[in-house]
Amino acid sequence: MTGRSESYAGSLEYAGVTEINGSFMVLKGVRGASYDELTEITVGGAKRNGRVVRVEGDLAVVQVFEGTSGIGLSDVRVRPKGRPMSMRLSTEVLGRTFDGVARPADGLGEVYAECVREVGGSPINPTSRVYPRDYIETGISAIDGLATLIRGQKLPIFSGNGLPHDQLAAQIVRQASLGAGSEGRFAVVFAAMGVKRDVALFFRRAFEESGAAGRVASFINMASDPIVERIMTPRSALTAAEYLAYEKGMHILVVMTDMTSYAEALRELSSSNGEIPSRKGYPGYLYSDLASLYERAGIVKGCPGSLTQIPILTMPNDEVTHPIPDLTAYITEGQIVLDRRLAQRGVYPPINILPSLSRLMKDGVGEGFTREDHPDLANQIFSSYNRVGEVRALASVIGEDELGDMDKAYMRFGSEFESRYVNQPKGERRDMTATIGLGWEILRMLPKGELDRVRSEFLERYY
Amino acid sequence: MGDGPSGRIIGVNGPILHVSDPDAFRMAEMVLVGEGRLVGEVISVSDGHATVQIYEDPSGLRPGGPVRGSGKPLGVRLGPGIIGGIFDGIQRPLEAIRAESGVYIPKGSRVPSLDPDRVWQVTMRAGEGDRLTGGSVIAEVPETGSVTHRVMVPPGLSGTAESVVGSGGYRMGDALLTLRLDGGGTAAVTMCQEWPVRKVRPVAESMESREPLVTGQRVIDSIFPIAKGGKAALPGGFGTGKTMLQHQLAKWSDADVIVYVGCGERGNEMTQVLEDFAGLKDPKTGKSLMERTTLIANTSNMPVAAREASIYTGVTIAEYYRDMGYHVAIMADSTSRWAEALRELSGRLEEMPAEEGFPAYLASRLAHFYERAGYVRTLGGAEGSVTIIGAVSPQGADFSEPVTASTKRFVRCFWTLDRNLAYARHFPAIQWLTSYSEYLDDLQDWFDARLGPEFRELRAETLRLLNEEGKLMEIVKLIGADVLPEEQKLILEMARVVRVGFIQQNAYHAFDSSVPYAKQLGMLGVMMLLYGKCRALVAEGHPMRALSADPIFAKVTSMKYTVPNDDLSGIDGLRREVEAFSLRHAGGLADHGAVGAGRVGGQGRA
Repeated sequence: MTGRSESYAGSLEYAGVTEINGSFMVLKGVRGASYDELTEITVGGAKRNGRVVRVEGDLAVVQVFEGTSGIGLSDVRVRPKGRPMSMRLSTEVLGRTFDGVARPADGLGEVYAECVREVGGSPINPTSRVYPRDYIETGISAIDGLATLIRGQKLPIFSGNGLPHDQLAAQIVRQASLGAGSEGRFAVVFAAMGVKRDVALFFRRAFEESGAAGRVASFINMASDPIVERIMTPRSALTAAEYLAYEKGMHILVVMTDMTSYAEALRELSSSNGEIPSRKGYPGYLYSDLASLYERAGIVKGCPGSLTQIPILTMPNDEVTHPIPDLTAYITEGQIVLDRRLAQRGVYPPINILPSLSRLMKDGVGEGFTREDHPDLANQIFSSYNRVGEVRALASVIGEDELGDMDKAYMRFGSEFESRYVNQPKGERRDMTATIGLGWEILRMLPKGELDRVRSEFLERYY
Repeated sequence: MGDGPSGRIIGVNGPILHVSDPDAFRMAEMVLVGEGRLVGEVISVSDGHATVQIYEDPSGLRPGGPVRGSGKPLGVRLGPGIIGGIFDGIQRPLEAIRAESGVYIPKGSRVPSLDPDRVWQVTMRAGEGDRLTGGSVIAEVPETGSVTHRVMVPPGLSGTAESVVGSGGYRMGDALLTLRLDGGGTAAVTMCQEWPVRKVRPVAESMESREPLVTGQRVIDSIFPIAKGGKAALPGGFGTGKTMLQHQLAKWSDADVIVYVGCGERGNEMTQVLEDFAGLKDPKTGKSLMERTTLIANTSNMPVAAREASIYTGVTIAEYYRDMGYHVAIMADSTSRWAEALRELSGRLEEMPAEEGFPAYLASRLAHFYERAGYVRTLGGAEGSVTIIGAVSPQGADFSEPVTASTKRFVRCFWTLDRNLAYARHFPAIQWLTSYSEYLDDLQDWFDARLGPEFRELRAETLRLLNEEGKLMEIVKLIGADVLPEEQKLILEMARVVRVGFIQQNAYHAFDSSVPYAKQLGMLGVMMLLYGKCRALVAEGHPMRALSADPIFAKVTSMKYTVPNDDLSGIDGLRREVEAFSLRHAGGLADHGAVGAGRVGGQGRA
């Protein structure tokens, strides 16, 4: 039953499959297979790829990237490749489209390889990092003014099905790419995990329209593609992004969508591997696994490049406490939260600023970065808008007419803020000065005495 | 090291290995795995095999690979060079690793934890023939500008000093003296000792703590104080400012040594500590804060088993400096990641899970960790303490989840961070209605002696006011504030002054970032004086609308910015202004029509 033949010099082939379950197969009689090693599987003349996820004595459990359908217990040959999954890299990846495991999917042939890197990556030494401080002007007021994106940050968009997260991400790519000083050194890496075909097409068109198509490397795993490849998709994409950012000194914006599909694929594999589930059936290592992706963002010493991540995730049931958004937000440096009620009122982008946050903003705005009053102004808007929520709740109980004068002022402030500050035409690009000016314009709807977060010298200068 | 008895790898399941020849290993022994000599630890020994968890990325390991025992448990090297440094979860020096390997952390790095070649200036304290026991200080080394390293005899040894060297420059491994042991034989004592991370370092006596850890954070110091040697948990959902507050505590606490454990958190946060702390001055010594701080960094993308170890590495280092007679504070950010590492490893060991997949021993492990805090008399006879402040990241901000609920049982300070406060950008977002401190009674004498008995009265009155506001807000949500009686409007207004002017603290402000007790006391005094005067005025029939139009409210609210920490004369000035305000309004009921036109200006800025 256990066959073994040496068809290549020094490499072994095995043919002893004893069990197939989901995307896993168990090989018996294996000697020398190592954990996490890439394997080549030959089924009736066609080749597939697999990864060793567990070894025990002469048994090896192999996860098959393309899925196990069509594989039987006989007629399978498996050849360990002696190394973890790797990909070929050079700046030629830009302008190209790959599948989830970094194979060219555009019919243009293999990429010239300047180097080969393992897609699993290695942890960045914290002492090698440079703390990110340079902001990226996205031209979107709610982001620039209140949750500023910083070069080297990981800032996800928390969204729900049917909300315009794709449009927002495309707009950020389009507008951020034109930032001064980054010409020629800016590129986009796009990872699509389990997306619908039209989403992939939407992004392709968006990149083409922004004139950035030649500076985009896409890694596409469609909803109908194998889930094991889905697990590798962001890893392939980030390996390319790390290479471009930390070795080639480019400013890389990585858009990853949809992290929910990714996490669900992880859950599916975990469950078919018989692992003990934790919250909502997700594996206990979901946090570590997500971190191994998100933590690849940053800036490293001795290299002018940066890797900024905008992961997109759709919150199941719009619940921010669901494990995927919850664990993501514990790792990422903030989040941009889209809100269904704002979207229904026709606000674009429908960003709910209260739960939105950019953790790196505090060190990247203000004097020397944007404008001296920016931090106070942002805090004041958060504080006042928070009050709007309280007043609206009260108004829904006692009726708007019964509100006191100050509460009425807050009601007006709230609706103006949403319709003029948060809301902006899809093509509009507001620069930082315009965003800050608009913030003051709307705050002026409240009496000066209510603005308790702004230092008095700024109040005098800007109110 | 690593040439002891050996076995071979049988199986690999992530960081959990099955190893042959279980007779060769002992429980909790450190082992070196594979050709790359990755560090691991034996976690079970059974008839057919030993189980090993490894602290590095397991990819590439295969059955048949060698596993060598080291004959000793996983430990840390304790000696000069720890302070000012940054180490991973099993005490590998990240700075030195970067110098050797560049941007990424390679597997199986063998850079020694503490530089063996560095020459330290040693001043000998022990002399020939001295009777020495475990914990006796034999020499002093200026480790950094802030910390003098006291070289001690390792616990368990006692004897007479021989061959004592003269003061001068020595390396880590040089014998400073030879101990003729009481039981016979000799032992060389160097600057460095090894200690197993999971073993509590012995002390002469556990003591009760009567002294607060002064943090400079008003809501902690004045409202929910923590004692030196105390233990606190800091639970909060994402974005509520746990890390920010931990950084503030690490910066401004009056501890002698800070151990900051970044356990499964962001890499950039470690970088930020390195950058920020190096540039900030310790108010006590005038030296850089990094000169009293050591960092243990196991970021979220580093191997998960080392995350489990990092907490123990941190607390063992803390105990070591405590043994020198220092007050040490350890910040663990975040204990939830440590608990998740336990869960992950437990799952791979196929143990029966308890709540939410966590192993049944979660609570006992947490207890064991927090119990390592305490105020002690050391073996050497000095007093020292370890204060543990652990952040907790509850899933879905649900405080009933197992890690938060278990932690609550073992800590005596519970500072809950509130999402709604964070949304309104009220920081530190410690929610006063749900937090507590059990140390108040323990610290009573210290407060009475240093701040006078009025401090505790002011604190109680402040907390009462905030609680009353909490109750009133339930009503305000339903009917609005305008219809409340005047005395209740006063409560809302004063609570606002306290919240914005006292509880809220600006970490980015030059001096509001950390505030001494004297100013905290003065601020509370002025606020409660104003409250008292207003209560009397309201009782006389003055409407709040008129009173709150007075600029005194804005002045009192903003005293955190207008009164510098080192010159409190402004506090007395404000007291006089409050008196004047009271006199101005008392009896003058007739004027109110004119003043009460609006609240503009009166609400003031804060």
